Amino acid sequence: MGPFDLLALEPPGWGGNLLRGLANSVQIAFGAFGLGLLIGTAGAYGKLYGGKITRDLLGLYTTIVRAVPELILILILYFAVTDLVNQMVLAMGGERIQISGVLAGIAVLGVVQGAYATEVLRGAILAVPPGQIEAARAMGMPPVKLAWRITLPAMLGFAIPGLANLWLIATKDTALLAVVGFNELTQETRQAAGATKAFFTFFLAAGAIYLVLTLVSSWGFARIEAWARRGEPRRSR
Amino acid sequence: MGTKPYSTPEAIRVDDLYKSFGTHDVLKGVSLTALEGDVVAIIGGSGSGKSTMLRCINFLETPTSGQITIAGEPVAMRPDGTPADRRQLERIRQSLGMVFQSFNLWTHKTVLENLIEVPVHVMKCPRDAAIARARKLLARVGLAEKEAVYPAFLSGGQQQRAAIARALCMEPKAMLFDEPTSALDPELVGEVLQVIRALADEGRTMILVTHEMKFAREVASHVIYLHNGLIEEQGPPEALFGAPKSDRLKQFLKSVS
Ligand SMILES: Nc1ncnc2c1ncn2[C@@H]1O[C@H](COP(=O)(O)OP(=O)(O)OP(=O)(O)O)[C@@H](O)[C@H]1O
Ligand SMILES: [Mg+2]
Repeated sequence: MGPFDLLALEPPGWGGNLLRGLANSVQIAFGAFGLGLLIGTAGAYGKLYGGKITRDLLGLYTTIVRAVPELILILILYFAVTDLVNQMVLAMGGERIQISGVLAGIAVLGVVQGAYATEVLRGAILAVPPGQIEAARAMGMPPVKLAWRITLPAMLGFAIPGLANLWLIATKDTALLAVVGFNELTQETRQAAGATKAFFTFFLAAGAIYLVLTLVSSWGFARIEAWARRGEPRRSR
Repeated sequence: MGTKPYSTPEAIRVDDLYKSFGTHDVLKGVSLTALEGDVVAIIGGSGSGKSTMLRCINFLETPTSGQITIAGEPVAMRPDGTPADRRQLERIRQSLGMVFQSFNLWTHKTVLENLIEVPVHVMKCPRDAAIARARKLLARVGLAEKEAVYPAFLSGGQQQRAAIARALCMEPKAMLFDEPTSALDPELVGEVLQVIRALADEGRTMILVTHEMKFAREVASHVIYLHNGLIEEQGPPEALFGAPKSDRLKQFLKSVS
């Protein structure tokens, strides 16, 4: 079979498998990025305005997650979390369950993303000129509304470059989930390559798919950043 | 104060205000009253506590002790000076339009969006009514053509006029100005002072911290000279500027003229 037959969407081609792997990867990356944003927003506000204990705990979280290699974190979190859930289920008289790979992947990568997002968003919030927040306070804006309507849009322009990086890292980190047997793009590629011995063709194809994903994402984030910075005079970039 | 009939209601009242930052006592017992229609100018050297005093009025700074009363309503405070009733404070803040030295417009909103933000999203005023009011105010401050522009594309003088219009769009009972022209290039000061003067002329209550002595003399009904966190001298502008009593004020006036 030539490369094009190997990459055909219908079996015996493996293209369909690769695309399904891509869909799984994107799905997990999307979920993990979203979860990371939620954790990061809470984490950033906690670090900036929380009490001492909150700040210490968040400091511990961001330090550990950023210090330990992601592969090890994934293995620890995946097996520890699966084990913990199962022990709870067993203790309550239930039977061992298989945790969905997608949910576990999202949870594990989301926790990792959350640590980095905490720092990205904390920096972005600090970059908002304090006067803009003060003006809103002086006009009697309640705190949650102020965070949502003033701080969030004002910090977005500062946060987007860092968040775009996090998203790209998320898409590629899904490859690490191959170690726990999850069928994302890299895993599918390895299987196709192993079965056909056409290593070069499949890894080149996978690389091209990651590249396209990155290019599309970068274009999207550039659009969002331009919108977020709509109030700024154009600077030469 | 002074020339007003005794029945004029009080708009802003500050009683025995103290404020320290750590061990640094910035305000050491300051009291003032602005009746409706009064223009109170606060002057004094750098670091004398002018901004701190103004910011204590709407609790951007937490007083160490003292009492703030807005339109007869005392602001509820805990023993440590922090506001006790968030809802009350938010309502009172909406009745005090504050204008800052550095404008502080929201850079991601157009001029019109800046004006209607609080009326529509906090005070729940109908959007159409808020927009109509905002357009009138923009016309008044000479920015009718700029409603769709983002603040960064305006000159300092235009930004400050927009900020004044934003404060007015809440229909506040009184205005607080903290050195509204200090960040402006000299040639832009006049256009902002002209707007403030028009507000004074229509009888708006305001407290104005300023380094523009000539302007204070012209628009103020009452002038307070603050020195080291205490009111060193106060009175009608003619007396304060024309015949200062204390040596410190004499020296201060000499140093700024
Ligand atoms: N947040 C703060 N923390 C600590 N010290 C402060 C703070 N804000 C003001 N101060 C101090 O309080 C004193 C009075 O400051 P304030 O800003 O009220 O002076 P001012 O009269 O407005 O001066 P200027 O004319 O320079 O604006 C200064 O010594 C200042 O350093
Ligand atoms: Mg000041």
